[in-house]
Amino acid sequence: MSDESLSYIFINASLVNNFVLAYFLGICPFLGVSGKMETATKMGGAVTFVMLISSMCAYGIHLILVAINAPFLQLISYIVVIASTVQLVEMFIKKMSPTLFRALGIFLPLITTNCAILGLALFQTNKGYGFLESFVYALGAGAGFTLALVLIAGLREQLNFADVPAVVKGTALTLLIAGILSLSFMGFAGLGTN
Amino acid sequence: MAANKESSIGPAAGTTPSTDEFIKGLWRDNPVFVQVLGMCPVLAVSNTAENALAMGLATAFVLLMSNILVSTLRNFIPKQVRIASYILIIATFVTITDYVIQAISVDLHKSLGAFISLIVVNCLILSRAEAFASKNTVGRSIMDAAGMGIGFTFALFCLGAVRELFGNGTIFGLGVFPDNFQEWIVMILPAGGFFTLALWLLIFNVAEARKAKA
Repeated sequence: MSDESLSYIFINASLVNNFVLAYFLGICPFLGVSGKMETATKMGGAVTFVMLISSMCAYGIHLILVAINAPFLQLISYIVVIASTVQLVEMFIKKMSPTLFRALGIFLPLITTNCAILGLALFQTNKGYGFLESFVYALGAGAGFTLALVLIAGLREQLNFADVPAVVKGTALTLLIAGILSLSFMGFAGLGTN
Repeated sequence: MAANKESSIGPAAGTTPSTDEFIKGLWRDNPVFVQVLGMCPVLAVSNTAENALAMGLATAFVLLMSNILVSTLRNFIPKQVRIASYILIIATFVTITDYVIQAISVDLHKSLGAFISLIVVNCLILSRAEAFASKNTVGRSIMDAAGMGIGFTFALFCLGAVRELFGNGTIFGLGVFPDNFQEWIVMILPAGGFFTLALWLLIFNVAEARKAKA
């Protein structure tokens, strides 16, 4: 819909339909790098950046694919663009901050297989967003992803000092927290209706 | 049927290596419960047993085909561009699957939505291509993919069945509880996905701890 206002798109993507907590996109890095606050923030930044670039490229590619009438190439061309963007970000971070590069480790190249990014490109095409709307949508999705990652990292840092039963430790505990967080994010649903 | 296979796993001393590749995916290295891979579709489309089963089968098919192709081409793909090549192979099969599902059932295609396309970025498939198919023969890769695929489908079904049972009071659309059963709406909501998976992981952990003790 092109009658949605830009602020609505932003709030919708970041809070009401949060990519991690409502759409379950980008769960792998969400479980993987959410142990420490600092890594979580930077991972969020990197993902948001890749989202912005790939969303703009996806917009252009969609126009071309419609023009040459080849919708079956959509998936393949999107993933190639995302993979190259991630490669770019990887080289950039390696040069600028080797410490961060090591901290993100395997999860940096794995941004390619972060469903949130491909999901974003597919959703914006489905919704028929224009260029500016796509940009704001990507910004909102990135902000929402970062928010969820930072929230869970904060909780997990605190939990390091808590005495939990051995069976619950690890992924199960993180999933339980994520469930509660997802419940609380449902409170934002009221924002969706104008 | 699945239960029989699992109970017979235990010490796999008498089995030949290639059947072991098959069996490990079912339980010991189950992609969902043990490796915690490919979580996004697991949580997102497991709100009914039917969706979960369809999603599991679609993923298993893509996994099988891409494992076959990757292991066939493993000596021809240059090391530097291998990940990109794997993703292209996977994306091709996912596009095929997408169109096939659309041809079989438009309703199913609608309820799975964008998550069929998102099989491309399922970490499970890429990790099997990279960790197994690129280093092993075609036969072993097929066994590996079949085991992992069935293990993944089984796990998805476990999740979907529990969520549909409590959230909707049905299994495959058939009523199970008496009429006055109050549905647990939370199970259908996103939060229910997290809780149910956490529950299964807990059960798994307890079972493993028991086994370690004995």
